[in-house]
Formats: sequence, C-alpha cells, structure tokens
Amino acid sequence: MSGHDSKYFSTTKKGEIPELKEELNSQYKDKRKDAVKKVIAAMTVGKDVSSLFTDVVNCMQTENLELKKLVYLYLINYAKSQPDLAILAVNTFVKDSQDPNPLIRALAVRTMGCIRVDKITEYLCDPLQRCLKDDDPYVRKTAAICVAKLYDINAELVEDRGFLEALKDLISDNNPMVVANAVAALAEIQESSARPIFEITSHTLTKLLTALNECTEWGQVFILDSLSRYKATDARDAENIVERVTPRLQHANCAVVLSAVKIILLQMELITSTDVVRNLCKKMAPPLVTLLSAEPEIQYVALRNINLIVQKRPTILAHEIKVFFCKYNDPIYVKMEKLEIMIKLASDRNIDQVLLEFKEYATEVDVDFVRKAVRAIGRCAIKLDRAAERCISVLLELIKIKVNYVVQEAIIVIKDIFRRYPNTYESIIATLCESLDNLDEPEAKASMIWIIGEYAERIDNADELLESFLESFPEEPALVQLQLLTATVKLFLKKPTEGPQQMIQAVLNNATVETDNPDLRDRAYIYWRLLSTDPEAAKDVVLAEKPVISDDSNQLDSSLLDELLANISTLSSVYHKPPEAFISRVKAAPRADDEEFADAGEAGYSESPSQGVDGASPSSSTGTSSNVPVKQPAAPAPIPDLLGDLMGLDNALVPVDEPTALSGPPLPVVLPSTTGQGLQISAQLVRRDGQIFYDISFENGTQSVLDGFMIQFNKNTFGLAAGGPLQVTPLQPGASARTLLPMVFSQNVSPGAPNSLLQVAVKNNQQPVWYFSDKGSLHVFFGEDGKMERTSFLEAWKSLPDDNEFSKEYPNSVINSIDATIENLAASNVFFIAKRKNANMDVLYLSAKIPRGIPFLIELTAAVGVPGAKCAVKTPNKEFVPLFFEAMEPLIK
Amino acid sequence: MPVAASAIYFLNLRGDVLINRLYRDDVGGNMVDAFRMHIMQTKELGTCPVRQIGGCSFLYMRISNVYIVIVVSSNANVSCAFKFVVEAVALFKSYFGGTFDEDAIRNNFVLIYELLDEIMDFGYPQNLSPEILKLYITQEGVRSPFSSKPSDKPVPNATLQVTGAVGWRREGLVYKKNEVFLDIVESVNLLMSSKGSVLRCDVTGKILMKCFLSGMPDLKLGLNDKIGLEKEAQLKSRPSKSGKTIELDDVTFHQCVNLTRFNSEKTVSFVPPDGEFELMKYRITEGVNLPFRVLPTIKELGRTRMEINVKVKSVFGAKMFALGVVVKVPVPKQTAKTSFQTTSGKAKYNASIDSLVWKIRKFPGQTEATMSAEVELISTMGEKKLANRPPIQMEFQVPMFTASGLRVRFLKVWEKSGYNTVEWVRYITRAGSYEIRC
Repeated sequence: MSGHDSKYFSTTKKGEIPELKEELNSQYKDKRKDAVKKVIAAMTVGKDVSSLFTDVVNCMQTENLELKKLVYLYLINYAKSQPDLAILAVNTFVKDSQDPNPLIRALAVRTMGCIRVDKITEYLCDPLQRCLKDDDPYVRKTAAICVAKLYDINAELVEDRGFLEALKDLISDNNPMVVANAVAALAEIQESSARPIFEITSHTLTKLLTALNECTEWGQVFILDSLSRYKATDARDAENIVERVTPRLQHANCAVVLSAVKIILLQMELITSTDVVRNLCKKMAPPLVTLLSAEPEIQYVALRNINLIVQKRPTILAHEIKVFFCKYNDPIYVKMEKLEIMIKLASDRNIDQVLLEFKEYATEVDVDFVRKAVRAIGRCAIKLDRAAERCISVLLELIKIKVNYVVQEAIIVIKDIFRRYPNTYESIIATLCESLDNLDEPEAKASMIWIIGEYAERIDNADELLESFLESFPEEPALVQLQLLTATVKLFLKKPTEGPQQMIQAVLNNATVETDNPDLRDRAYIYWRLLSTDPEAAKDVVLAEKPVISDDSNQLDSSLLDELLANISTLSSVYHKPPEAFISRVKAAPRADDEEFADAGEAGYSESPSQGVDGASPSSSTGTSSNVPVKQPAAPAPIPDLLGDLMGLDNALVPVDEPTALSGPPLPVVLPSTTGQGLQISAQLVRRDGQIFYDISFENGTQSVLDGFMIQFNKNTFGLAAGGPLQVTPLQPGASARTLLPMVFSQNVSPGAPNSLLQVAVKNNQQPVWYFSDKGSLHVFFGEDGKMERTSFLEAWKSLPDDNEFSKEYPNSVINSIDATIENLAASNVFFIAKRKNANMDVLYLSAKIPRGIPFLIELTAAVGVPGAKCAVKTPNKEFVPLFFEAMEPLIK
Repeated sequence: MPVAASAIYFLNLRGDVLINRLYRDDVGGNMVDAFRMHIMQTKELGTCPVRQIGGCSFLYMRISNVYIVIVVSSNANVSCAFKFVVEAVALFKSYFGGTFDEDAIRNNFVLIYELLDEIMDFGYPQNLSPEILKLYITQEGVRSPFSSKPSDKPVPNATLQVTGAVGWRREGLVYKKNEVFLDIVESVNLLMSSKGSVLRCDVTGKILMKCFLSGMPDLKLGLNDKIGLEKEAQLKSRPSKSGKTIELDDVTFHQCVNLTRFNSEKTVSFVPPDGEFELMKYRITEGVNLPFRVLPTIKELGRTRMEINVKVKSVFGAKMFALGVVVKVPVPKQTAKTSFQTTSGKAKYNASIDSLVWKIRKFPGQTEATMSAEVELISTMGEKKLANRPPIQMEFQVPMFTASGLRVRFLKVWEKSGYNTVEWVRYITRAGSYEIRC
C-alpha cells in the first residue's frame, strides 16, 4: 500500500496563501501538519510560498519528528530569501542539537549546515563542536559532513574553531561510518585548500585500510577515493595496499569496484615484480566484465573507463573481446563504446570473429552505428597488417549490398587503407568505381577523387571519371574542389595527353579566376606555376611518395591517459578530459582575482590579499611573480612541494581564464609536477617592447638539484623558435626560477591549418626529456607595424571579397568607455583607425597585423555599458580567423 | 572526490518536476530548464546518459515513467551517482510496496523528501539499506511485507544500527520457526549466428535469499564451484570429491559478505539482513548448458512472399519442463498476411513489434516443436533494404534447472542460541537475451 500525499497538491483555489496561513496557525496539531504538507507540495511544484515563512517556522517547536523534518526542509529552501526571519529558527536549532534523541540532534546539525545564511552559521559552531564529540556515532557521522558544509560557507571559521583537528581525530573513531564520513569531508576540504590539511601517512593508511573492511559500501568508496591520492613509498608498500584493496573487486557495488580498480592501477606503477602485475591484471578482468551486466547507464560509465584501462594495460582484457559484442537491444551509447573497445582489442588471433561481428553491425538499422562499424573495419585493416586483406574483402562485400551510406563510408576508409598499404590492394579500384554515381557526401566524394588521381595510371578511364566530376566543379564544397584540383594535376602529370590537358586548363581556370576560396586559389596558382616552369619538378612535388600513415585508434597521449586513470569512475574518465577542462568553478581561484590582476598589475600587490581560505604565508618570489599563493603553483618555496604530489591539485589551481596582464600574474602550468616527476613548469608567451618572449618558470619539487636546462620548440604555425639558450641557474630542491626567453621567427613553419599550439621539449641533466604543449593566444603575435592609414584600410576592406568577412558575438563583453578600450587595444597592438555612431551603437575600425604580413581589418560594434560586442573581421587568410576571435576575447573584456 | 550529486530531480515524461532536492550550493535552482531544453526536447534524449551543459553535468536514467536527473558541477564520481539512483529506487520500491512511478512519487512525496534527506548528505550517499531505514523512517499509509511490528514503538538504538558494523541487520529479531529460502536464478544470454555457431554465451546468475532467522546468525554457504572446493580440500587436507564442479568467472557479493575472508579462504560467510536480499551475483562462460536449440530457415519467395520455419528443441532433462516459452521471429514492416502451422502452442502476427509471436505454455524436456509460417508482403518500390533482419528472440523459464550446473552444497547457520533452521532451495533458469540471428 502506498501513501495518498497527492491530495496535498490539489488545493489550487484562489486565496490559497491566506488559507494556508490560517491553517498553519490552527490550534490542532493534525491540521498544522497537513498545512505544512500543503506548503511543501506547493513548494515542490514551484509556487512561491516564502511569504508563509514566519507561520511555518512557528510550527518548528514540535515533538512530531515528521513535522519537524518538513519545517526544516522548508527552511533549507527559503532561509536564503528571508535571512532576517531565519534567525527565528536559530533557538530551536540550538535546542534540538541538545535533544536527548540522537536522530533530532543529528537532524538539527545537518539542517543548519544546509542553511547558508551567515546569521545561522554563527550559531552553528557551538552545536557542531558538541556533536563532533557526541556519544552517538550517528550524530558524529552527521557532524563530520557538516564540517565540510561549513568550510564551504566560511573556511576561516572552520580553521579558527579547530574543527579540522576535531575532524582528523574522527579518523581514529571506532565507528567505521564516522571514519568514512570524516575522510570524505577531509578530502573535500583538501580539494579546495592549497595547504596540506589531509595528509595520508602510513599511520592513517593502516586505519583507513582497517575501516575499509567494516564500513558501508559508500564509505568504502570515500575511503578508496581518498587512498588513491596516497603515494606508496616503494614496491612493498604498494603491494601491501593492493593486497588489502583487491577483495573489494568482489563487491556488488560498481562504484566500490571501480575505485578499487583505480587504486590497483595506480599502485601497479610502482610494483616491479612482473608476476604480481600479471596476477593483478588477471584479477581485475572478471570484475570489469561483470560491470557490463549492470544497468546500461552504469555499463556506459564502465565502458568509458575500460577504454582508458585497455589503452594503459591492453593485456587485462585481451581475451575477453567476446563480452564486448553488441547485443541487439543495447542502447546506442553502449553499442558505440563497445565498438571502440573492440577495435582496441582486435588482434590477429580474434580478427575473424571481430570482422563477422562488424559485418553484422554494418547491416543494422541505426545509421550512425552502421557508419561506425564500417569505419571500424577500416581501422582494423590499418592496425593489423596481416588481417588487412580480410578486412578489405569484408568491405567489398558491404559495398556490393549497395546501401548508399555504407558504400560512402567504405570508400572513405579504403582511401586510408591505400595510404597505409601503398601498391597492394589497387585491384579493388574497379569495384569502387562502380559506385561512383551514388556518392553525395563530400568526404566520400573527396576520397574517391583522391583514389582516382593517385592511381590514374592504372584506371583506364580515369580521365572520363574525373571529367564527370568536373562538370559540377563550381558547386562542389571546398573539400571536393581541392581534391579535384590535385587529382587533375596528378592525372595530367601521369598521362600528359590531350584530354587531361584540356581538363587541367578548365580546372585551373575555375580554381583561380572563378573561385573566392583563397586556399583553392593559392593551391591552383602553385600548381600552375610549377607546371608552366618545370613539369619535372612538378612531378617530384605532386607525385612524391607519401609517408605511410599508421593506426592511432584514438589513442590518448600518455600523460593525459595517466591523469584520466587517476580519475577513474569520475566524470573526467567519462568525458576523457582532465577535470579542469570541464569544471568552471575552481574554489581556490575565485574569479574576482583574475580581474584584479588585470587592473592592478605588480605594484598593487605588495601585501597578501585577504584570503582566509588559503591561510598560506605570502610567497617571496623574485620580480614579476605575484604573491597569491593559492593560485600560484609556479611560485617558489613556502608551499611545500609535497602538496602537488599529495593531491595532484596543481591542475585545479590553474585559473580558468588565462589572465590577460603581461606580467605579474602566475603563469599557467604546462607541465604539472605529477607528470614531471616533481618538476613543474609554468609558461606563457608574452610580448614586450615589440619582441615575443617565452615567460617560463620552473619549480623543482624533486629531492635533487636540477641543472643544465635546455629547451626546444617543435615546428609551429608561425615558425616560432628559441632566440637563445635557456638561462636557468641550477635549481635547488624546492627552489624555483623564472626567466624570459626571447623568441625569433624561423623558417621552420609547420604545414596544415594554423593553430596557436606550441609544442615544447625541455630537458635537464637529471631527468628525461619532458614534452608539453602550450596553447598561446594570437594576440602576442600582433605586431607594432599593424597600424594602417585610413585610406589604405578602406581600399583593403573593399578589395577583399565578402567571403573573407567573418563576425563573432561576444555576449559577455562590456565596453565601459570607448577611449579606454582603444587604449587597451592599442597596448596589444590592435590599432584604432576611425569610429562612427550607428544608432546607439559605437562602431570602431581597427587594424592589426601578424607575422608574414597578414593583416586583420576589424570592425567592432558595441553599445557603451551594455553587455555584448560584435566583432567583424576581414583578412585575406581566413584560416587565422578562429584564432583571431579567440585572441580578441580577452582584449575587449 | 566521491561526491555523487549536487542536486537530484525526479521528472515525469513531460519534464514537470515531481520532486527535487538540492544538496549543494554549486548548482543553480533552474537546472531543470537546461535539462528540458537541451536534452529532453532534442534528439539527444537517450543517446548518452552523461551530458555536460554549461558548467554542469547531467546524469540521467529513466525508470518507468520517471526521469531521475542528477546534476553536478564538480568532478563527481559517476558510478557512485548512478548506483545511488539505482539503490534509491530500490529503496523507494521497498517502501511503496513494489512500484515506482509518477503516481507513487506524488502519493509519497513527504516520505521521499524525508528519505532523500536521510540517504544523502551534502552529496555523499549514506546508508540506503531499507531494513535499517524502516526502523526510524516510517509513515502512515506505508506498510512493508517484512516489518509487521507496530510502528509507533520508539526504536532507541536505531542510530547505532545505522552506523553499526552490521549496518544491515537489526538486533533482537525473534522467529518461531527459523527458515531460510534460497533461490538460484540464472539468466542465459546467447547470441547464435544464422549458421548455428555460438558467438557469445554466458550465464549471469544471482542467489536471492529470504531469511527469517532469530538473533544474529552467522551463515556459511557452500557451492560446487571449483575454487571453493579446491580450497576446502586443501584446508582439510583430503582430496576433493569427484563430481561436477563449475568454474565461476566472477562473483560479486552483497555488502554483508566478508570479502577479506572470501579472498583468503574462498568461503562465503555472512550475517544476513532480515527478509529478502540478493546475496551474490555470478557469471559463467564455460560449460554452459543451453536449454534450447533454435533452428530457423527463412526463404524469400520473390518480392512478396516468405516462408519461415522454426524448429525449437529442448535439451534439458526429460523429467523437467519449461514454462512460458515465447519465440519472436521478426518479419518485414510491410507484412500483409500470415498463416501458421504449429506442432504445439499458438502463433500469431503482432504488427506493433513487427514479429511473429509463437507461445508455448509448457515445453517438456527432450522434445521438439516446429512452427511453419507463410508471410505475404505488400510489394514496395522503395529503396533497396539492408539484407539484415533483427535476430529471433526467445523467452522461457525452466524450473529446477541451472544452465551453469551450479548447486548449493550446504548452508550452515550458527547462532548462539543454537536453534535449528529449515533451508529451502529452488533453482530456475530464465532467458536473458537469447538471440539467434537469421
């Protein structure tokens, strides 16, 4: 039998509130209780019942626990909107926290912690102090969590009142659930503090491992997750932990299993004995497979994690590929993930079975799934060279079914297979050509045209085939046009007869005169020039041997992979992104500070900002480095380096918005100390006096002196390279150094679409070479020579086709003063040319220039004081536009 | 961070909030609008259970006609969150007498609020054992089959039991007759190719237990699994008895089972919760006895006719029988007319699932049955269809049969008062996803 609460929802008459008010003040208990229920029902459906605050609070003094809970629930929801009235409740709370019934004591403390009103918080401290030492474990476990709540509201208060120490004492509590909640609270507090609060020593480790055996399933998760931050001292220590954690793999709760897997994987890094490692791998496989019989949502989480685990340790599930075969009724998200793992586990041994499965999937109903299955066959062909032939024959069978999207997908992967195994499977081209007329997707079309061009000499009617595409040349998307151009040139070089000669004329004409696309035009001109000056050289260039591609199977970068594995079972492992990439709110680095940085510069920061949260002493760094220790991972000394080690916090500390100021603010961490074996590198490109520098800072968290630092930059879009040796003095343990490395432009320009990514390698005499990539912002490249005259601006604007105009809205940017904005932009080498008024909007015309003489003509439209700015830009090199918009964002903030 | 939720919402299929609870301050109150706009009202619904919108992540599940949405803004523990939802629903069901849907939520909203307050604190899951929660969270109008005691009696030591080492069993239980019921329930999952070769086959089993035992009993369960038997033989230093042993791929246990002891001694020992619970789950892939063989032949006669012939053989013991056997054979959407012949049971065409459904109420062991059907199709001029047909699916249950061969060897009960217990064991095998491609 169930309840009949739905009746409380039915009072929708007019005058409901006065009626409720009357009932709440009724002399009959039952009537009051019903009235409160009606209030809660109204609250649930979203009606505003805050005006009844006083009347509801009056019902709080009651013996009836159910009624009391309802009133408390009401308070949690409305106390914030009525802070002055909330004080009315304080007395009852304090009284309840001393009630003989432990349920009521706990309820009072739990609820008070949920009410984020300063006046209430003040009164919370005394009850909380008592409850942390309560005789009843139920009250203590509730109080433990309450400390974390209070810390979130007022961290200073928690530290001043010594709650942290009380919480740490609870780790030694004799009740496992109290221990578990204390651990959860401490772990959370640690996450938002830069100071080491919760250090797991070998002593606490023993206690936690003991509590692990006795506490509830959720408590086990709390404890396991906090253990995952413990760094074992040596292999024996690690083995010991693993031994105690392994039994958890048999738990029915998937969260316990995944957290246990996380710890085992982390500790395995330290274990040297191959037998132990092999044995552990064997033990982890069955529980992971079992997760796949849980609810589909849990399966999805498990599969995303398994995807990471097999990248790190492929042997664990090498023999279990069958369990990843898709069931017909699996939800699509489960199927997609299973497919991905099947590709990763495919080997010479099981490929026949896998191919049969893929073939089956390729005839299912869901189009996306079918496409992915076809692609999977291609990826297996590229991955396993001995199976390539079988993969191709399956693809051919699928092409013969002549389902349009299957054929197109197959052609796309076959192109890659040709790249991987040149001169091996060209016999199938004839089959591919049969489907030529049905291609309507650009990628498939482009792939087919590439194949025709590449193998023009083997396809008798290659010229006819290409010609059929040429008719629609102007209407094709850019991707197809580019391939058509190249393929025609290839054809001409291979068969320099009359037909191709005419075709090439037509194509070159189309691609130079009739097109607006600069990419296409540039490429066409290069070919044209090559062909007209030196056809032999053209052959060398166009028909040059291509590097063989390899299978990436969506492999993640190893440092990212390690970070994600340390986050198994969390959102990070599901998104396959490090936590800082999707968490916008980092408690330790309040946004307000970023803005202060931008305005205040160095001088304004002579004293430590009043941040009770961190409580760390101001850092005494050299020169430009700022002294906000909370968000200053790059700052030297006083923060003990084990901080980073203990909590892997450094990433979380990177401010989400990169500060715009040129000096002073902390540099973003590019190599966290967890990855750099203790060495942490922070760096950022900056522009000073017309020169680009790499502002780089090293922090030595290792136990030894590091010296002999050298730096090397990979080819990048702008050909940026080090202009001199890296000047870093030998670094003592715990010390840090910061330097400005001048940068120069070299000829080493990387091809491909422009990006602002800087791949850097740093080495020293003691450690292996560290690689990291740094995403700069385009604005450091804006040159001092970017100013244009008014007339030349106008001419340039007119001469550029409309296709080259792009615009972007910045909904959050507010321009408060035109002059200040102009000044601000000029400081970043975006120069003001003219302005006009359009209705209530101000329109600014500006110009900027990046290396290689690429100009940007800018039109900035905004209304003063109103959020939202629109930036339109014209430039001959469209591919830089996205980078440009990205760079403008902080400048017009 | 093991935080599982910042807020939890229960929505009906239209997206109305049935009930919600904010646990942390880091998500706004209007999160539901984002969920409705970006997930519920788009094609996205059902394509991925974890989605990020703005700075928040949404984890959602649909259970009957209710969407349960968890919102988080930190790097929360996702498995913890989903498991929490699953367990919470089980808890609600146990309170509402087995149902969980929109009506049940509306009718029990006060109780749900109370439970939500109890089972999660600041985003951290707390004790979710129905057995314990029912000690101190009671509502009139709520009765559970297992707690027949009067609810107005105060429970002085409830708090100790919530947090106790045996957080799933209350003390002082007395039964006149001490009984234990064991149900071994297995699901056979099969995927067979059209040529009759087994592509994937496994058994997922669970042991359900119903305990009516007095006091604080210690139980020990013995199965005929290989590792357990070997370990036992080793401990008693005598050769293990010959007989059928089976190899369990994996086992997971209810939180009452002492895992450390299982790991070292391979024995399943525990203090059971009172009433019904799932003691363990296991999985087996080797040596599975398939209860049925299915041999389909499908002939397409031209564009408008099909001949379907399905033969089903039962391969379990002749004295046993299967119940509720259903064979679903998918047919094309443009089916116009069907005619059947069956050797047993009844067959008909069900247009809503585009399948021929053949039902046999009772299917004895070591026999076979066939269905032949003729299907006429409306001829269509449409685009060429994929050659593939969805697989034939089968449902059945076979009492007193285990596809894995698992047997309970013993169940020992120790209690300090030394009473006698009566143990009952039942076996049943059901079809999980039993699919035959055709």
